[in-house]
Amino acid sequence: MSEFKSSEEIKLIVDGKRIDGRDFNELRKIKIEAGVLKRADGSCYLEMGRNRVVAAVYGPREVHPRHLQDPSNAVIRYRYNMAPFSVEERKRPGPDRRSVEISKVSREAYEPVIMKELFPRSGIDIFVEVLQADAGTRTACINAATVALVDAGIPMKGLITSVAIAKVDGVLVVDPVKEEDNYGEADIPFAFLIRNGRIESIALLQMDGRVTVEELKKATKMAKEAVLKIYELQREAIMKKYRTEDIEE
Amino acid sequence: MGEEILMDIKKDYVLSRLREKERIDGRKLDEVRPIEIETNLISKAEGSALVKLGDTQVMVGIKIQPGEPFPDVPDKGIIITNAELVPLASPTFEAGPPDETSIELARIVDRGIRESEAVDLTKLCIEEGEKVWIIFIDIHALDDDGNLMDASALAAISALLNTTVPAERFELGDDFPLPVRDLPVSVTSLIVDDLFLVDPTRDEMSLGNRLLTITTDKDDNIVAMQKSGSYLLKEEKFYELIDVSVQKAREVRQILKEI
Repeated sequence: MSEFKSSEEIKLIVDGKRIDGRDFNELRKIKIEAGVLKRADGSCYLEMGRNRVVAAVYGPREVHPRHLQDPSNAVIRYRYNMAPFSVEERKRPGPDRRSVEISKVSREAYEPVIMKELFPRSGIDIFVEVLQADAGTRTACINAATVALVDAGIPMKGLITSVAIAKVDGVLVVDPVKEEDNYGEADIPFAFLIRNGRIESIALLQMDGRVTVEELKKATKMAKEAVLKIYELQREAIMKKYRTEDIEE
Repeated sequence: MGEEILMDIKKDYVLSRLREKERIDGRKLDEVRPIEIETNLISKAEGSALVKLGDTQVMVGIKIQPGEPFPDVPDKGIIITNAELVPLASPTFEAGPPDETSIELARIVDRGIRESEAVDLTKLCIEEGEKVWIIFIDIHALDDDGNLMDASALAAISALLNTTVPAERFELGDDFPLPVRDLPVSVTSLIVDDLFLVDPTRDEMSLGNRLLTITTDKDDNIVAMQKSGSYLLKEEKFYELIDVSVQKAREVRQILKEI
């Protein structure tokens, strides 16, 4: 008999509560701090439950190698990277296939939102490092990257805010933790463009698992509710930084 | 440079026809190109399929060998999916290690097969914790006339349906057909302002790389999704695309059942 439990043996929902005591639509505790790195042009440290991520933005700056320059737009680069110690079993350093894919879809979420046309021939680099992972790292990183971009003064059409919806024990839940992600039936990361407090469109969308069409539509509604809460926290983090600087001056 | 100018001209042409709600090849907006599937062309492989989706061609070969299971699932076989966008298939592909496009392609195909549980991995355990069958799905693009994604996914499941586990060669009992119990089908659409074009061709892709792939299983559940490309997707469009993708996948699955 295996020492490993199959999904049937683990109850993820007990008495209408989740494994960590949250309600279905309840986010984990989120802490956001803007401007935490000295060298970067913009930065952000973010905690989402036990996730710990840090984002840095460099640019607009010169693009190297030069043949990558775009004469009419800024080139956006996004690098998602996990620290070797961020997970239970040491992760081999450097990009793996998962990181490459996450970097791609995250960059593609920002490309239509950053006003690239204002900085031809230049580059804007977004680096996100996962220091501790507990499911939903790509969403945590995007939430941090948005604050870092604002901190760097990069003009954008709005803010990008991200959250995942999971299906566990047949129920849709917001912002899953590792156990829910591992043993759940589906994981759907979303990111939305939010302008002036209004959700405008979907900037990132992925999914793996198994859901019905109805569940998928419901998951989208749940994600929209959740991101508005995160959006407020992102705004607060940005305001907080610039408020303190005002007082210091 | 020549390629870029040509793309601009094609773009204007595609757009001018789209204003009349027409596609340059005469298809309806939600019409998939003709599909041809040939299987077992490669006798050295445990399974293979060549899929033609219009002029797009993809070959998938399946190789199977025994190996160690993952420690967290000691009693299940393993699927490893890889895609090579070889320079033979398009003037824009370059030789070298897999880039983000081929990695993404392979991972979307992989998710469709994995999440629909198309292959019954529990039947691929040889000795729990010690030895299981490892299935390598290798996607080899031959001609990229647009939507390599759906062609690859279709070739992968077609090949799996015709795969034999080579147990005899490894002195592990009799050969047996790979247990396949679902038919995941991906449907990729190009989003153009308020319209979307199902199964876009290379010429249509001149409008920009704005894709959404939705993969469904035989019971119309959604098993994988990916928004690919730099664009913003309207929520209403997304809902429309879900319904269309479910419908289109049913049609394609019908073809798959006949092979």
